[in-house]
Amino acid sequence: MSIRIDPVSMTSILTNLFDGVAYGMLLFVIACGLAVTLGLMNFVNLAHGAFAMAGGYVCMLLVNQHGWPFFAALPLAFVSSAVIGIVLERTLYRHLYARSHLDQVLFTIGLAFMSVAAVDYIQGSSRVFINLPAALQGQFDVFGVGIGRYRLMIIVICGLLTIGLQMVLAKTRFGSRLRAAVDDPRAASGLGINVPQVFAFTFAFGCGLAGLGGALSAEILGLDPYFPLKFMIYFLIVVTVGGSSSITGPFLASLLLGIGDVAGKYYVPKMGPFVIYTMMIVILIWRPNGLFGRTAAR
Amino acid sequence: MFEHKTFSRAAAIAAIAGLAGLSPARAEDTVKIGLILPMTGGQASTGKQIENAIKLYIQQNGETVAGKKVEIIVKDDAAIPDKTKTAAQELIVNDKVNFIAGFGVTPAALAAAPLATQAKIPEIVMAAGTSIITERSPYIVRTSFTLAQSSTIIGDWAVQNGIKKVATLTSDYAPGNDALNFFKQNFTAGGGEVVEEVKVPLQNPDFAPFLQRMKDAKPDAIFVFVPAGQGGNFMKQYAERGLDKAGIKVIGPGDVTDDDLLNNMGDAVIGTVTAHLYSAAHPSQMNKDFVAAYKKAFNSRPGFMAVSGYDGIHLIYEALKKTGGDTDGTKLVEAMKGQKWESPRGPISIDPETRDIVQNIYIRRVARSKSDGELYNVEFQVFEAVKDLGKTKK
Repeated sequence: MSIRIDPVSMTSILTNLFDGVAYGMLLFVIACGLAVTLGLMNFVNLAHGAFAMAGGYVCMLLVNQHGWPFFAALPLAFVSSAVIGIVLERTLYRHLYARSHLDQVLFTIGLAFMSVAAVDYIQGSSRVFINLPAALQGQFDVFGVGIGRYRLMIIVICGLLTIGLQMVLAKTRFGSRLRAAVDDPRAASGLGINVPQVFAFTFAFGCGLAGLGGALSAEILGLDPYFPLKFMIYFLIVVTVGGSSSITGPFLASLLLGIGDVAGKYYVPKMGPFVIYTMMIVILIWRPNGLFGRTAAR
Repeated sequence: MFEHKTFSRAAAIAAIAGLAGLSPARAEDTVKIGLILPMTGGQASTGKQIENAIKLYIQQNGETVAGKKVEIIVKDDAAIPDKTKTAAQELIVNDKVNFIAGFGVTPAALAAAPLATQAKIPEIVMAAGTSIITERSPYIVRTSFTLAQSSTIIGDWAVQNGIKKVATLTSDYAPGNDALNFFKQNFTAGGGEVVEEVKVPLQNPDFAPFLQRMKDAKPDAIFVFVPAGQGGNFMKQYAERGLDKAGIKVIGPGDVTDDDLLNNMGDAVIGTVTAHLYSAAHPSQMNKDFVAAYKKAFNSRPGFMAVSGYDGIHLIYEALKKTGGDTDGTKLVEAMKGQKWESPRGPISIDPETRDIVQNIYIRRVARSKSDGELYNVEFQVFEAVKDLGKTKK
C-alpha cells in the first residue's frame, strides 16, 4: 500500500498536531497525579488509573442517568475521585509510605485488579459513553484544518489546569510547603509543617485530577472496567519519560508522546502502535532519568 | 436445568444420598451440556446473550428431550484460551458431559478442538467466526457464522452498487484479517480498488489518526471490522471527524452494528450498510416472537450471538431426537449433518461436508424505527443459502 497522501500537506500536519496535542493534554491530566505521588512523594501507585476510571463512571452516571449537564458533572468527577483518594490514603496508603517499592507495587496492583472486578460487577463489562451536549460534537474548519470541538475543549481545560498547577506549586505557600515536605520531611516537620496532612492533600488532589481526566477521556479512549490496566502503561511512560521531579517534565513528555502517537499512526500506520514505545526507549537511552529527571534521585 | 457447577455437584450428592438404597442414580437419564462462555471480561456480552438464549429455548421447549433430562453446566473462560482448555477438560473428565458448546472467540474454540476429538464428543461453536475452526476436529459443528460469509457478500454488494474506491480499517487479529482478505478478494475481483489499508491494534485507544488518514484518502466508503465492543467508539469518532459529511459511507460485516450496542451509537450510524446473518428487525413472525420473548425475559434486545446460541441448543435437541436419546458423540455429529430448520434469522442448515452453517446473508441499512424510535439494521436484500466461502474455495 503506497502512501497516497501528500505527506507535506500543511493542513494534514496541522490537523494531526491538533489531535496530538489534545491527546497529550489528556494523558497529562490523568498522569500528573501519578507524577506527584511517584516523584514528589516517592510512592509507586499502580492503581492510579482506578481513580481515573472512578471519575469517568461518576460523570457517566450523573449525565446519562440523572440528567446532569456535562459541565456540571466534570467537577463532581474531580471531587468524587479526590474523596475516594483521601479515604484510601488515610486508611490504606498511609501505612505503605515507609515500605519498600515492591510492597507498594504489590499492594497497588492488587487494588487496581479489585477496582476492575468491582466496576465489572456493578456496571457490567461493556464500554460506556457519556452523552455529550450537541455543542461539543463534530468538527469545524479553520483554513482547512479540521478542529474537533471536543478536543478543543480538552486543550482549553487541560491548558488552564496546567498553568494553575504550576502557579500553585511555584508561587503559593502550600506549594513551598509541599516542596519542603518532599525534600526533607524531617526538617519540614521540625519547622511546623504538618507533613502527613500535606501529603494527604496532595494525594487527593492528584486523584481528583485523574478523575477529571478519566471523565474527559471517556469519549476518546473509551471507558470500561479494564481502563486502569489498559492505560497504566501510558501513564507510566509519561512519568518515566518526563522524569518525576517536576510537573513540567511529564507535561512535555505527554505532549511529545501524544503528538508522536498520533503522527505515527497517521504517517506509518503499520508501525503506529510501536511509535510511542520506540520514543520511550530512545529517550531513556539518551537520558535514563527522563527528560527532566534529577540525576541523583533519592 | 441451569445450574452452575458447584450447585449441580451439590444437587447430585443430595440426589445420590436421597436415592441411596432405593435405586442406583441413573446417569444415562440425563444429557449434560457443558457451556464454555466468556461471562466476564471484554467479551462478556457474547456469553450473556448465548446463555440467555439457551435459557429461553429450554423454557419454551421443556427440559426433557428424547426421554432425557437436559442439564446445562456453565463455565466462564473470560475468552482466554488456557481457561477454555481447563474448563473443557474438567467438563469432560469430571462432569462427563455429552456436549461442549459456546466459545466466544476463535482461540477458545481452537483450544477445545483436540479435546473434543479425543473424547469423541460434539463441540458446538456458537460464536467464534474464523473459517478454519470446523477443520480442526471432525466433532466441531458451528451454528454461528464465518467472517467469510458476510465479508465476501458485502464485497460483491459494494461493486454492484457503484462503490469503486474503498479504504479498509480492520482490527489486527485473525477474524479482522479474515474479514479484510475475503472482502478484498471479492471486491477487487469485481473491479473495485482498495485505496488505503489500515490495520489497527486490537487494544486501540484512539481511532482519530487512522480515521484522519481515511478521510484524506477520499474513498467512496470505508470497510470496517472491529470487535463488537469497539463499534460504538468507531462510529462516534467517524462522526466527530466529519467523515459522514464528507460523503464517506461505512460498510462491513455486521459486527460493527451489532444489535446489542446499535441503539446507543447515535444518529451518525444511520445509513451504515452491512452484510450479516441476523437483525432483530428481521421481518418473520418467528423472529418477532423470538425478540418479544427475549425482551420480556431479559429486558434487552437479542443480537446475532443470542440467535446462534438459540440455534445451537435447537441443533442439540434435534440431534438427540434423531438418535433416540443415544449420546454417542459420533452418532450425534452424524445426526447433526444436513439438519435444516427455520431459525429466527431465516432458513438455515448444517453443511454435511464441512459441518459449518449455511445461511442467508442479508444486506441491511441502519435506520431509526418509526414504532419504538430505536435504531435497527433494516434488511433490504438477501443472498440466499451462503456457504462458508473460506473453505469451498480450497
